[in-house]
Amino acid sequence: MTTTVTSPAPAAPPRPRRRNPLRGRGLQAYTILLVAWLVLPVAVMILFGFNDTHSKQNFQWEGFTLKWYARLFEKKDLTTALVNSLTIALLTTVFATVLGTLVGLALGRYRFRGQGVANLVMFAAISCPELVMGASLLSMFVALETPRGYLTILAAHVMFSVSFVAITVRARAVGLDPRIEEAAKDLGAGPLTTFRLVTLPMIMPGVVSGAMLAFALSVDDFIITNFTSGATQTFPLWVWSSTRTGTPPQVNVMGTLIFAVGVLLAVVNIAASRRRARNT
Amino acid sequence: MTDTSPAPVRDDPGRADTAVPAIELAGVRKSYVSHGETVAAVRGVDLRIGQGEFFSLLGPSGCGKTTTMRMIAGFEEPTAGEVYLHGQSVTGVPANKRDVNMVFQSYALFPHMSVFENVAFGLRRRGVAKNEIRQRVGDILEIVDLTGREKRRPSEMSGGQQQRVALARALVNRPRALLLDEPLGALDLKLRQAMQVELKRIQREVGITFVYVTHDQGEALTMSDRIAVMNDGLVEQLGSPREIYERPATKFVAGFIGTSNLLSGTVTELSGRDAVLSYGDDGRIVVPLREDQTAGAGDALEVTVRPEKIEIVGERPAGGGSAVPATVAEVVYLGTSTNYLVTTADGTEVTVFMQNANNSDDVAERGDRVWLAWEPRHSYAIGGGANGVRGDAPKAAV
Repeated sequence: MTTTVTSPAPAAPPRPRRRNPLRGRGLQAYTILLVAWLVLPVAVMILFGFNDTHSKQNFQWEGFTLKWYARLFEKKDLTTALVNSLTIALLTTVFATVLGTLVGLALGRYRFRGQGVANLVMFAAISCPELVMGASLLSMFVALETPRGYLTILAAHVMFSVSFVAITVRARAVGLDPRIEEAAKDLGAGPLTTFRLVTLPMIMPGVVSGAMLAFALSVDDFIITNFTSGATQTFPLWVWSSTRTGTPPQVNVMGTLIFAVGVLLAVVNIAASRRRARNT
Repeated sequence: MTDTSPAPVRDDPGRADTAVPAIELAGVRKSYVSHGETVAAVRGVDLRIGQGEFFSLLGPSGCGKTTTMRMIAGFEEPTAGEVYLHGQSVTGVPANKRDVNMVFQSYALFPHMSVFENVAFGLRRRGVAKNEIRQRVGDILEIVDLTGREKRRPSEMSGGQQQRVALARALVNRPRALLLDEPLGALDLKLRQAMQVELKRIQREVGITFVYVTHDQGEALTMSDRIAVMNDGLVEQLGSPREIYERPATKFVAGFIGTSNLLSGTVTELSGRDAVLSYGDDGRIVVPLREDQTAGAGDALEVTVRPEKIEIVGERPAGGGSAVPATVAEVVYLGTSTNYLVTTADGTEVTVFMQNANNSDDVAERGDRVWLAWEPRHSYAIGGGANGVRGDAPKAAV
């Protein structure tokens, strides 16, 4: 006996995902707009570094020139401010990275008394409004009769950068298999060798991004620096004070150069992490 | 040999000093304080592991086997007791100064190093000369069948290959003993079985003492020279795989290793070293007592017998063996053998394996009333005086 099975019409095959042309174009426009929004201020800064301006103000396009690049270090106090900013940022990076890495490792790796408090302090330092921190630093330095200047700026910058480094390193350290360090120990490595050959290379991505964060935070910090600087000028402070009388094009040039170095570092970092991803 | 290890007698791994065990644990205890409470992980373990022995610590998770191994490796210090490596106490000696190496369950390979660098790590720490390192790493990679993979990163390798890198990284140092913490746990069944054979071969080839931690009884039985079955921080039984399987000393061991049937009855008489128990209406169990066991009429006694030792017969068997009436509850045909699940008079479930060798007909069907018969020498009494058999006197190391 044969039974005729009348099956329902075969379900239509899943439709190939077709892109809504309108949506595609809309998304494109949105993306372009967003990128433009991010890039435009920087583009204007770069552009006006090439402006052949003759007035004190640098708001009117008067033709292309490279003279500001040639006369970059003409304004002595601006150069001093830039050097201050860069050296403070470098020193901050070194101190904050070393201290923050150790803190981050401890927080991510071990359970200890006072850990909760340490975590809280880290987050408090990050979430505290800069204005509050700056003002309280100033009153502390005044109360302690510490003369404000280069060293107080450095101390303040290290203080607020440490938390950022600690948190990026901690995120990395939490994911570490403690057995890997035990394996190093088991194979004859003492605590220091284990750290140097095994732990540090494994948390390195966290350390590097923490260091870059510390540099970026320090080099363009204005608010806290303003409270703790005394008579010392940094690049952001100098630029701020110059706005009243007219910002010289050299500022645009310096901004462009700092930006270029930042872009370069970012590209190097991406390339390095791509290479790591291929190798591991 | 540019060996900078502090211990003296090293280059003599021969059997001459088998009198000194490779590893000895004397009254080792370990307790942790967790949330204000003291938790005992290891509650007194005595072991002597012979030179070149394949020794397994077998037990369920949380039995203290891994803690015991970590105390040998030096990652934990015993709360009490002493660990000896080749007769020398290693109390206070950190892991990096102990002449044993460990293979971790998660392999714990260095992800940022190549296979070669991973394997060479231990030799470099001991300052072995460059060309000797190359030689020894090459040799060990050949043993674990990874020649040509030196430049790979661990993440580019399969689980089985990573496992062998971990093994090579430990073995290349020629440690006095290799500690393996469930090294095959992360592999799938087929690979695991292949690695069991491989490990055994490697162990024979290098002649190093292996201490193997596992919760897999099959693994322990196939590979070990001797097994210590651990439970709740204590060694329940110590012996060869055959001893452990055939003569489980405690109820726990009987239940943990293989399938075991446990029957309890009351002793009616003693005949020589055999105890006779009545069971059900007219059933009886005859079980030999170990020398350290005592029982008298009226004592309750538990008896274990392995499923494959029991025979199912239709009539009450004659002779002096055990005979227990039962009802067949389930029959499972497995091709080469048939499993019977039967229920005895007091409701105890008993499993019986029968080979399908010569009988073409089924022995019994579901619902049949049958008799279970087995030789007294195939059953063992549990309890009866020396219940807590802890750490038998070590047999001469195999």
